[in-house]
This record gives sequence, structure tokens and C-alpha cells, in this order.
Amino acid sequence: MPVTERKLKFAFYWGASCGGCEIAVLDIDEKILDVAAAADILFWPVAVDTKYSDVEAMEDGFIDVCFFNGAIRTSEQEELAHLLRRKSGCLVAFGSCAAMGGIPGLANLANRDKIFETAYLDNPSTSNPGRTLPSKESRVKEGTLTLPEFHDRVRALHQVTDVDYFLPGCPPPTNLILEAVNAVIKGELPPKGSVIAPEKSVCEECRFEKSEKMLTEIRRIYEVEKVEDRCLLEQGIICLGPATRGGCSARCLDAYMPCTGCGGPTPNSMDQGGKMISALASILGLEGEEALPDEEIERLLDGIVDPVGTFYKYGLAAALINRRLEG
Amino acid sequence: MERIGVFVCHCGINISSMVDVESIVERVRELDGVVEAKSYKYMCSDRGAQIIKKSIEEKGIDGAVIACCSPRMHEPTFRGVAEDGGMNPFTVEIANIREQCSWAHDSRERSTEKAMKLVMSSVAKARLLEPLERGRTPVIPNALVIGGGIAGIQASLDLANEGFRVYLVEKDPSIGGRMAQLDKTFPTLDCSSCILTPKMMEVYHHPNIDLMTYSEVLSIEGSIGDYRVKVRRKPRYVDVDRCTGCGDCVTACRMRDRIPDEFNMGLSNRSAIYIQFPQAIPLKAVMDSETCLFHRFGKCGDGPLCVEACEAEAIDFEQKEEVAELNVGAIVVATGYDLLDPASLHEYGYSRSKNVITTLELERLISSSGPTKGEVRLPSSGERPRSVTMIMCVGSRDETQCSWCCRIGCMTALKQVILLRENLGEEVEINILYTDIRSFGKGYEEFYRNVRAENTNFFRGRPSEVRIRNEDIRIDIFDTITNKLFEIRTDMVVLVPAVVPRADSGEFARMMNLSRSGDGFLLEAHLKLKPMDTFVNGIFIAGCCQGPKDITDTVAQASGAASRAAGILSKKELENDPLIAVVDADLCSGCRICISLCPYSAIEPVVETMAGEEVVHAEINEVLCQGCGACVAACPSGAINQMGFKDNQILAMIGVLNDCSDAGGLK
Ligand SMILES: Cc1cc2nc3c(=O)[nH]c(=O)nc-3n(C[C@H](O)[C@H](O)[C@H](O)COP(=O)(O)OP(=O)(O)OC[C@H]3O[C@@H](n4cnc5c(N)ncnc54)[C@H](O)[C@@H]3O)c2cc1C
Repeated sequence: MPVTERKLKFAFYWGASCGGCEIAVLDIDEKILDVAAAADILFWPVAVDTKYSDVEAMEDGFIDVCFFNGAIRTSEQEELAHLLRRKSGCLVAFGSCAAMGGIPGLANLANRDKIFETAYLDNPSTSNPGRTLPSKESRVKEGTLTLPEFHDRVRALHQVTDVDYFLPGCPPPTNLILEAVNAVIKGELPPKGSVIAPEKSVCEECRFEKSEKMLTEIRRIYEVEKVEDRCLLEQGIICLGPATRGGCSARCLDAYMPCTGCGGPTPNSMDQGGKMISALASILGLEGEEALPDEEIERLLDGIVDPVGTFYKYGLAAALINRRLEG
Repeated sequence: MERIGVFVCHCGINISSMVDVESIVERVRELDGVVEAKSYKYMCSDRGAQIIKKSIEEKGIDGAVIACCSPRMHEPTFRGVAEDGGMNPFTVEIANIREQCSWAHDSRERSTEKAMKLVMSSVAKARLLEPLERGRTPVIPNALVIGGGIAGIQASLDLANEGFRVYLVEKDPSIGGRMAQLDKTFPTLDCSSCILTPKMMEVYHHPNIDLMTYSEVLSIEGSIGDYRVKVRRKPRYVDVDRCTGCGDCVTACRMRDRIPDEFNMGLSNRSAIYIQFPQAIPLKAVMDSETCLFHRFGKCGDGPLCVEACEAEAIDFEQKEEVAELNVGAIVVATGYDLLDPASLHEYGYSRSKNVITTLELERLISSSGPTKGEVRLPSSGERPRSVTMIMCVGSRDETQCSWCCRIGCMTALKQVILLRENLGEEVEINILYTDIRSFGKGYEEFYRNVRAENTNFFRGRPSEVRIRNEDIRIDIFDTITNKLFEIRTDMVVLVPAVVPRADSGEFARMMNLSRSGDGFLLEAHLKLKPMDTFVNGIFIAGCCQGPKDITDTVAQASGAASRAAGILSKKELENDPLIAVVDADLCSGCRICISLCPYSAIEPVVETMAGEEVVHAEINEVLCQGCGACVAACPSGAINQMGFKDNQILAMIGVLNDCSDAGGLK
């Protein structure tokens, strides 16, 4: 999109998401006014009353940039992904869910039937004597009601349609949102497919002192006494910082919480969780490794509670191994 | 690479009997980027090499896939051929269709199919290979030998005789090590000093050897070919250029006969200024500042008697510690061993009776330069023992102490039987309590038979306890040969203690970046095939620091280590294999996960200032890196690449192996 004299046309959409990304857009504070001065917002379900049919009526490529947050879980989201792709010159996967499936992607550990069972039947706070489950069509006396289809699997936006840029983060940090918007306004966009964030990992931005890493056990954050300035990973806390793209100013670390990986993999890494597992396996019990008895290895590994949730908190849907196939 | 040649070897009929070589040649000819496909009976032969070189010349190939045996066999061969022919040697890729196909399968059809996939995947990789250059480092033709026992002495002499400058660093005042403490040596019963002293003299006078006794290595930096080593030279408080080794100061010292003599295992006393032993090299006095009155209190009577006694005016209280900086190309570590302190095994009574001693103490008692001038006497009373009992495997082959065999205990005890009889006469009663007799060396079994033929009592078993009441020592032993319980009354017990790593070996290994095996001895790179190498290139190990061994094996290993070191020192430059790990500094955020796990200590954090800010990234020393890939696998941000095995290259191979029809591989 070259620099234009005319006002730009933006769209925002949400797929399977929590709404945090919408808040993040508002979080750019008064700078939203600059955005409003530079661009018209044509479509934004959370704030602007535009109908899907209005979008359909637009010419293809009419929207300059569409910021799409949330993963693809239902047929409605999938349709909108395709529609907005057609109508937008540039499609940005906004936030971790659109970029890599995000937390909704963890649902790929189960399938539709299992999820329905848990949500509508076996849930202790649910009373559903008729064992009614959501279905695409239900006949009532007024006619037929339809619901979007609930897919068996959660996908990231690029697994459904062609994506121009990725802006990861849960939610994306304000400075990166502004960077992206400014790049659009100035027409200085990076090559297609780029992730709009720095190339180095979170460690680069983390203020803690780093030294050599030889873990003797895995601990959870509440199990350690706060030692200011010491790398959390060195203290045995699983911190995904080294496997995660930075750009967030290591905000979680600033609050003495480990990185959980919302920035996604670094440029040369195929699978963020896999990389972190490999790194951790390399440094856990490193001292005297040859002599470690099997039980000790078991014990060390037992320290990792919820491995998938830890290493693939945001990235499961787009990982090399991205769903459970049976059971 | 864009112009790839594929060369398929028949390996006589080793490959061609199970793989349809020609069908592979026909198929690969059609692949993208392949401009030449040939087969030959023996690709590794001279004729095969000509075929490859001709393709380089005529077809201008810039990458080659050789489908043949394991890369372990001929990868170097074919890289060499490519280089000779003018191609970059690192754009050669081997597809192993012998060990992995023809030898492994019995269906010609399926074996061919598999070979086809392997060759095609190698082509996919070859397209993405990059030409690599070998790095070069100049070699400093000096060697450092640490430890002046027989191992260090032998290694130093070998290296010096090859013409290299050698720095021999020994922490004690004299070289000689444990061997200098021994009386006679099994199995030949040579007098230990008689065979050792000439070698010590040779070291002392050798123009190529810089002997640095009473010195220790402080730190080491650099890598193979160019190590920078700091050595601390402890002050002797004696000007070695003046000292004649006459010993007058030793006799004069006010502390004379008041300090336990370490060389004699505390069985006699020495002065504060002393000469370590009569054959010491250098034969120079050394002042022990911890026991010297003048050092401790600033006052020694009306004046230090040593100063008065020394005609050469060699005493110098002002001497200071010095730090020497050495620059060497290779290092031999020969720091030897310790013996287990038997006090830790209470049941053997070592700390309860003076008459319970170790084999090393007995060596000193037998030695004519020892505390009793070679007369074996009971330490408690000075009387001749009438009965001596030797207990083998004290701490050795014992899961609670040292699981390993000390390898010298049996022979030492058998040797001492002969020496005791020489010393005490035929009538002395000798009992040997053994677990197994291990007499495995050349001439050892014969030696054992001779001792066995003499009037010696052998009991097979481990005693439960050595019971001690004053001079009266009794031992209960259940002999597992006769199945009987015996009670032995004896005057003197000689314990054969386990051979253990030196007490400081952990600290020393850390300083040198060497690894240790589970038992604590220094770890060799490969027990069978690289027994003198370590995981640090250019550092070799010899003698008992690597594990227990006798003098024969020690000397053999020392010469081996010296020749391994000479192999490096004799080169002007070293070529470094470029198939190593490389950090992409733009992607590395300095998390330091890689640093602790590099077995070669090849990775260091470096600080750079970029746009006014300090940034840290890892850097791999290309000389130290062995290309093992541990850091590549561990790097959580994918910032480390393994040259020749980059992700995209391997993924291309996997892509083809997954789906043979898509020989183009992953994009
Ligand atoms: C009682 C007894 C009897 C034996 N009898 C025989 C026998 O009859 N025949 C036989 O073949 N073998 C015999 N042996 C074995 C023999 O002693 C060893 O094989 C031999 O001494 C090994 O030599 P080495 O150089 O490896 O170690 P050592 O002799 O231990 O020499 C190591 C040297 O390195 C020095 N050193 C250590 N650390 C450092 C450091 N950090 N810096 C500088 N210098 C350092 C030490 O001071 C020492 O001088 C006997 C052993 C014992 C205990």
C-alpha cells in the first residue's frame, strides 16, 4: 500500500478471543486520535455498528488494513476470515490467538465432542437434564434457528487464509501496535510475512542478571524467595523468555513473573515449545548428568506441571504437533 | 548448489547385489539441479576419483552426492577428491546406501527403493549446501607438562627430544612423584631410584626443558595451538642459583626433626628448611614458611641458623611469589594419584595402632634412604616384626568406597613379600588376605607363582575386623577357599589402599575445563580409541591422573600423550574443521543456556556496545568447537546453526523422505 493522500480505511475483527486485543487497541490512549485522523474505521464489531452485509457490499481490496484478532474456531470466524481477506489489501494477524492459535488453541488437546461434553453435560455448575447440545440448526415453532458450526479444531489465521503480517502478543504491546499502524500510515511496511516485532528473544529486554544455567530442579514461582536481579530460569522457574520473541519490554519479568511465551517463536525457530523443551532438557540436571539415576530424572521431570500448557500455552494450534488425534 | 553431480558406487557387489544402481542413476539424472549422474564399481578407487574430477572439470559441478558406504569410511576421501578437483570439499554429501540399504535388507526391490529415497534426499540437501572454508590458527611450538611424576618426566623428555620447548610444572619442590618414594619395582625388582634418577637428571639438564618446581598452574586461556597459561612460582626462600644442595642449613635448622616428613609418610621428621629427598631434582633446599620460626614469629633465636650455616649465602627471606606467563601449543596433564586414607575404614584399625601401616609407608620403611635406613621395624617399638599380615583391596572393589580395582595393589603386596623376606629373613611369617589376585601384566603371573611357591599364607576373603589391644593384633578372616574361620595373630598389618583421584582433582579439572569420569579421575575422550585425548583439543592426559596404572602403562601412556602433542606442535598452522556451530549474533539474546553445556568450553558470552547500549551474545571459539551440536539443539531461540546441518538442509531431506514424489523438498 503506497503512501496516499487520502484517508486510510481500517477494519478490526475478533475471532475466538477474550477481548483483550480490543482493549489493547484502546490502550494506545490519546494516540487513537492520531489514528482516527489518519484512518476511517469501517468495521469494528466491538465499537462500530456495521453489518457483515455492509462488508460484503464493499469492493474487493476496499479496506486498506484489517487487524484480525482471535483464533478460528467456528464457521462464522472462518467465513469472516475469508471475507475480510478478500476485502482488505493487507491482513494482519493481531495478537497471539490470530498469530498462532493462542490459549483457545489448547482446546486442540480435546475435540468438539469432548469439549461439548465438558461444557454442556459434565460441568458441575450446569444442569442440562435434556442433554441438549448446540447444533447447527434447531427447529422452533417460529422457524429454523441456525448457529455457526463449531469446528473440531482451532486454527491460527494463516492456517485458514493468507496473512500479510503477524503482530503477536497477548495482547500485542502498545508500542508494537503503534509501530505497525505508523508503518501503514507511512507506507513503510516490511516484506510480506514479517512478524512486526524485534528479532531477538525476551531475554534481550529482561533486566535480570544472567549467568550459566545448570538447573538442579524445577520450581514454581511461589516456591522461590524473591531474589532481585537473578534470571528466573536459573532459579529453576520455567521462563519461556529465551524461546520467545521480544518486543514486550519483558513486562512480565518486570513484575517478577516468568515469560509464558505470548510473543511466539523467534525468527529461526520452527516450534517454540519444542525449542524450550530441548533447551530445558539440556540444562536440567546437567551437573553430574552421566551419573543421574533414572528415578532422579523422573523426579526432575515431575517438576514440570502441565507440560503442554507450559510450553505451548499460546502456540499449540500452529505447532509442529498441533492437536491430539485420539482420546 | 546449482550444478550437482551424483556418483553411485557399486562397492564391488556389496551395493549392487541388493540395489539397482543403474535405476538410481537414471532417476536422479532428472532431478532439478543434477547435471551429472554416474556409477562406478569402486568410487573410492583412483579411477572413481578420476570420474568425479572429470565431472568437476567438464560439467562444472559445484556440489556432489556420493551414494556409497558410511560417511565414516569415505567422507574424508571424497572431500579430498572434490578439493583436488577444484571444488569446495564441504559441498559433498554422502548417501549411505551400503550399511543402510544393501547390507541391511534382503529384498532388492525395497532396498533399491530406500536407496533411491536416500539419494534423492541427499540431492535435496546438496542444493542447499554452502561452500565452507577451513579456519587456520598458528601453532606455538611449546608444550606444557603438568606434574613431574614418571608420567610427566617421560612426556617432557619425549617432547624435548623431538625439539620442542617444554615447561614442566611440578607442585612439589622436586620432581619424581610417587615413584621416587618406592624402593624396588615389580615385576623386575629394579631399584626405583636407580631407574628414575637418571631420567630426572636428564630432565634437569635438557636444554629444551624449563623445569618449574614448587609451582602450580593458576589459570589457562586460549585453545589448541595457542594456550596462555599462568603459573604461580612459590617462593623457596632459597636462591637456587647459589644453593649447592649441601644440606648444612637442614642440619642447622632449629626446627630440625620436629616436622612430620611428608616424603616419608610422616614416619620421620624433617627441618623447616629441607631437601625433599636425597636424589631430589633440583637438589636445592626449600624453606617451609608455615613451620619456619623466622617466618612465623619474625624471630629465630638470635638469628636464623640456616643463614649462618649457608656458606653460599643462598637463604633469602625476602623472596616473593612470582607468576610466570607461558604460551604453549599443547598440554600434557600428568598429575598422578592419591591413596585412600584408610582411617576412613575404621574396622582396619589404621588410626588405632601405629603398627597398622600402608604399602606406601612400607615402601619407605624398606627404602635404604627411608626413616629406618631400610630396616623394617615396628613403628611402635622399633622391634623386628615376626609376623606381617597384608590386607588387600582396602577400599577397592567396594561399592561403599571405590568400586574400581586399584590395579597395582596385588602386585605391590606380592613384591613386598619378597622385599620383606630379604629384609627380615626367611623365618618371618607373612599372611596375605586377598579378594582375587590380579596379576595381569607382562611377567606378573610368573612373579605371583614365585611368591606363591614361597612360604606365604594366602587367605581368600576380607577380614571383618582388625582387633587391637596394645601390641597385640588379631584378625578374623573367613577363608572362602577352605570355608574356615581363622584368627590370625600378627605384629604388623600392611593395608593396600585404593588408588583414588588426587584430592584437588575436581578443582584442577574445573580450572583446566577437563571432564572427570564417575570415579573422579580425569576423563579421556574415548576409553579405547582416544585414551590420551581429552574433550579439550590440545590437552592430553597421561599416567594415574586418568586412572590407576602401573609404571609400565604410565610410561607407555606418557609417550603416547607426548606423541599426540607433538603431532600438533610439529605443524605450523592448524586447520579447523568448518563443520561447527556458529552463533547468529543478530538473533542471540545472550540467555547463556548454551554456555554451561558445551563439553569443550568453546562458548563464551561477549559484550558489545550497540547504539550506546551493552548487548551480550554468545560466541563460539571455532578452534575449540568440535561440532557436536549440543548447543544447536539447546538454543531456544534458534540462534545457533550447525554448519553443514542447518535446519533448512535437514528439513529438505525430511521432506523428500516423507514423500518421494516431491523430490524438490520443502521450499
Ligand atoms: C605402594 C606403591 C607401590 C608401587 N609399586 C609399583 C611397582 O613396584 N611397579 C609399578 O609399576 N608401579 C608401582 N606403583 C605404581 C606407581 O606409583 C605409579 O604407576 C606411578 O607413580 C604413576 O606415575 P604418575 O606420574 O602418573 O603419578 P605420580 O607419581 O603421582 O606423579 C604425579 C606428580 O604430579 C604432581 N602434581 C600433582 N598435581 C599437580 C598440579 N596440580 N600441578 C603440578 N604438579 C602436580 C605431583 O606432585 C607428582 O609429582 C606403586 C604404587 C604404590 C602406591
